[in-house]
Amino acid sequence: MSLKDKLDELHQRGLAEIKKSTDLKDVNQVRVSLLGKKGPITEVLRGMRDLDAEERPKVGAFANEIRDDLTAALAKRREELENAILNARLANEKIDVTLPGTPVAKGEPHVIQQIIDQIEDLFLGMGYQVLSGPEVEEDKYNFEMMNLPKNHPARDMQDTFYITKEILMRTQTSPMQARTLEKHDFSQGPLKMISPGVVYRRDTDDPTHSHQFHQVEGLVIDKHITMADLKGTLQVLAHELFGDKFDVRLRPSYFPFTEPSVEADITCFNCGGKGCNVCKNTGWIEVLGAGMVHPNVLKMAGVDPDVYGGFAFGVGPDRFAMLKYGVDDIRNFYLNDVRFLTQFTKKG
Amino acid sequence: MKISYNWIKEYLDLDVKPADLAEKIERTSVEVDDVVTPSAGLKKIVVGHVLSVEAHPDSDHLHICQVDVGEDDPLQIVCGAPNIAKGQMVIVALPGSRIADNVKIKKSKMRGVPSAGMICALQEIGFSDDVVPKEYVDGIYVLPADATPGDDVYDYLGMNDSLIDLDVTPNRGDMLSLNGTLRDLAAIYDKPVTLDQPEVKETGDAIADQLMIHADADLAPQYRMRLVKQVKIAPSPMWLQIRLWNAGYRPINNVVDITNYIMLKYGQPLHAFDYDKFAGQDVYVRNAKAGEKLTTLDEGEHDLDDHDIVIADDQAPIALAGVMGGLTTSITDETTTVAIEAAVFEHDHIRKAAQRHNLHTDASQRFERGVNRAGVQDALDAAAEMMTDLADGAVQTGTAVGSDNVPEPAVIPLSLTHVNAVLGTDLELAKVVHILESLGFKVVTAGEDMTVTVPIRRNDIHIPADLLEEIARIYGYDELPTTLPTGRMTMGTLTSAQKLMRATRHSLEGLGLNQAISYALTTADKAKMFMMHSSEETNLAWPMSVDHAVLRMNVVTGLLDDIAYNTARKVKDVALYEQGRVFYREDGNDRPSEEEHIAGAITGTLMPAGWNQPAKDVDFYQIKGIVEAYLKDMAINGDVTYEANTDMPEMHPGRTADILVHGHRIGFMGQVHPTTAKKFKIGATYVFELNLQAIIDMPKQENQYDVISRYPAITRDIAMLVPDEVTNDQIVALIEKRGGAFLQSVKLFDVYDGVKVPKGKKSLAYTLTYQDKHETLVDDAVTQAFEKVEKRLQDDLGAEIR
Ligand SMILES: [Zn+2]
Repeated sequence: MSLKDKLDELHQRGLAEIKKSTDLKDVNQVRVSLLGKKGPITEVLRGMRDLDAEERPKVGAFANEIRDDLTAALAKRREELENAILNARLANEKIDVTLPGTPVAKGEPHVIQQIIDQIEDLFLGMGYQVLSGPEVEEDKYNFEMMNLPKNHPARDMQDTFYITKEILMRTQTSPMQARTLEKHDFSQGPLKMISPGVVYRRDTDDPTHSHQFHQVEGLVIDKHITMADLKGTLQVLAHELFGDKFDVRLRPSYFPFTEPSVEADITCFNCGGKGCNVCKNTGWIEVLGAGMVHPNVLKMAGVDPDVYGGFAFGVGPDRFAMLKYGVDDIRNFYLNDVRFLTQFTKKG
Repeated sequence: MKISYNWIKEYLDLDVKPADLAEKIERTSVEVDDVVTPSAGLKKIVVGHVLSVEAHPDSDHLHICQVDVGEDDPLQIVCGAPNIAKGQMVIVALPGSRIADNVKIKKSKMRGVPSAGMICALQEIGFSDDVVPKEYVDGIYVLPADATPGDDVYDYLGMNDSLIDLDVTPNRGDMLSLNGTLRDLAAIYDKPVTLDQPEVKETGDAIADQLMIHADADLAPQYRMRLVKQVKIAPSPMWLQIRLWNAGYRPINNVVDITNYIMLKYGQPLHAFDYDKFAGQDVYVRNAKAGEKLTTLDEGEHDLDDHDIVIADDQAPIALAGVMGGLTTSITDETTTVAIEAAVFEHDHIRKAAQRHNLHTDASQRFERGVNRAGVQDALDAAAEMMTDLADGAVQTGTAVGSDNVPEPAVIPLSLTHVNAVLGTDLELAKVVHILESLGFKVVTAGEDMTVTVPIRRNDIHIPADLLEEIARIYGYDELPTTLPTGRMTMGTLTSAQKLMRATRHSLEGLGLNQAISYALTTADKAKMFMMHSSEETNLAWPMSVDHAVLRMNVVTGLLDDIAYNTARKVKDVALYEQGRVFYREDGNDRPSEEEHIAGAITGTLMPAGWNQPAKDVDFYQIKGIVEAYLKDMAINGDVTYEANTDMPEMHPGRTADILVHGHRIGFMGQVHPTTAKKFKIGATYVFELNLQAIIDMPKQENQYDVISRYPAITRDIAMLVPDEVTNDQIVALIEKRGGAFLQSVKLFDVYDGVKVPKGKKSLAYTLTYQDKHETLVDDAVTQAFEKVEKRLQDDLGAEIR
């Protein structure tokens, strides 16, 4: 038998043994027995000394070829077996992916806070400042500078918690308007502000009344602000809070600090404007009060009403939340039942 | 004010349905509460003629009636009303009919006697108790004798009219009348309206010989009376009764009904006195004197003082001016001479009087808003004339005038440019002038400038802005363009305090706490618990209840109230935070200062239990972890330390820590004292409260990049026994101080205080990490440093290294 034939035979036998191997140990044994230092191929190659100088490189090349092929076959077999082992293990590791995930602690912002943040972000984007004032106010800022002198009948519209004759729990966040107007330097630009915050009224708590609730007042004062601008601003607000399908309409109303004064209605959530019992069949729901700032308010704050003017509006985040989510009892906002607080989880 | 659609249509030629008219009023004028057609929802309710009435054999109060309802055969109806009588025209609800509150009437048997329907009281077909004439309140209603059996009853009772309930704002006193409403509608629909004004036929003697008024014009700018003699008190005719009950007034008698009717039509409150009950011929309008008393029409007794305005005769007050008349001079069935008062009282006095005596009447409501001072005589004349018509009265000659003070009409300059500049419109002069004129204003133009004279009745219009509102609403708010403010740009940014407050909320939410908003007004007890420093409490002058009477000086108690609310509803795991103000007041100041605080409270477990995760109740270290993580987020530039506080009365003395920055106390945390928890009816609860304002004011660290060392770190663990009183802080401080240049961190990984250590000792174990940023550390260097630390621990803290 020539060396070449021997190599051929070894090649065939080796491949057969590799094929027969059933685990990694077998594969290893086959490798050692075929390719090891004492293995047959090494043996054969040792016999090359006896060959012609001419033959030697050919047989050498052939032997290397066979060794490479067997090495590759071994590697392939090893990989096959390893994969089989891995697959078997993974099959064993199967879990019920429908079991619930491990709970994590997660807190939610209050629904009223979410609405206030949304309003703040909208107006920040339109160049407004956000200002918050004291909750315990002077009668002067809460009423008098809002064109509500003592004994004004409209003071009855806002039953007030007084602390002393001159000190009270603010009934609206508009005192901040007066405080800001007093200080604003119009040479630096127009005044555009909103003031969100807690307000207080002498009311008995029930499903639709709360002695504590929230308000966001807005104020824009410049040289050329129009009622059409007010309408447009309220429209933007309605679209931001409720969606583009909601329309805004204005109706005459009365507030001592604005003239003209309007109430703004938006399309009824419940029926989309067709009319239902929520909107008393009008298709509209009253959501906020607004108007053009009364010249007296400007005058009292030292702003010349012949040069400057603008609009103001006041919205109630509590009412918005009640309307938007159908919350049927305003007290839910202040009792902080966790089952209530964790209902408003949508972000963005 | 409920205004009748039919009444409006008598004066204005309108081709709109009641609902559309109401909508138009709401869009253009004042709010509308609702529109009601009284007959709506009623069915098969007809006139019946009672042919006979027999006693029911098995009842002492039921009667068996045969009633002609316009059909071939009469119906037998059992009726329990005490005032049923043969010959009456009555309201019959036929079998299959529907009466008020959607009740269906069927044939039935009453104590064995078949009854085909029901004879109705007004209340049973939807009338409010308040408007049913007194004689019919407790029985069935009797229709006029000329009613036709079988006819629907609705037209007989004015029930097919539609009533528009106006919610009139405080400025629009003029809308509290038919005439005011008509004038507004005339402008809204751009139609002419003519208001009728009757002539008075004076037939009697001169009033001057019978009545003399002495009025203080400061109290009553207008005060007038007419005298009507030989009056015959009787029920009003049906049309008048219908007008009144549809407007929400109970018909009483012709004289009283006329005063109410004229008030509805003119907006001028009137009062009818029985002249013969006056002591003397003089009437005074004056301040009451301390000690005087008055019993009003409603039999209420009032102690008067010198703030009240009264009408008085020579002896005593006879009316609380502008609010309610007195009982002694009220109209009775025997009255023959009526003194009709038409006046305008100073609104501020009336408002206060109504409040002081808790008597808010339709008259006081109108005076508070202001009554047309130029229309007093018209209303008085119309009332007197009606008393001739409906009560056969003889109007005495002349009017007794106590005061006649009519203000000058407002004359307001207005420019077209201003109108368009404020409204954002492009209106033409003619349009603006037309709108103002349609409201009854006089306009004189000079180029684009207008001079507008406002009728006295519109006492709400004083300045150009008031006119702008009139123009805008009549022109229509829907017609205004929709734009956004233009002009100089402004930046909208949050202040750093606002940003920090937002970051605070996001941080705590990320740490698992839900945002709560609790009441800032609380009980006196709760207001002063968990105080971070001493303060006077701030009380409401007139609280609604003791639960909300004092301003809080802590935020935690609100959260404990919230936890109590949840606990009572079987919600066991509650984790809340609140950001809000507390109110500290210094003695001598009326007004408290307001400080932003942030507080948290956890009861039960923070990490919810799951099928693969056991519930673990909150403990001190969990709330501390939250506080630490939150303060890390706030990046305060300074050392935050925690010191045991054994002295807060509401807190567990062994599980409470003060939170300090640079040794300055900014808050506390720990377990609520079990006794306090018991008071709130809650379980074990851990809380923290921080002065957020202090955190806002403190300097902050900016984020900065620190190179991560490429050289390996070496760690060494050290376990030691130390006396119980040695704190972790002491050990860490010592290690950090003596750890050498390469010590990067000290981390506690074990605490043991059980049976395996001697009493009075505890075992603590730390991992120390060493690293050199510039080269690989040599083991020897670390060993040297480590041994130094071991020695110091032994020497300084009495540690036994294990
Ligand atoms: Zn609707």
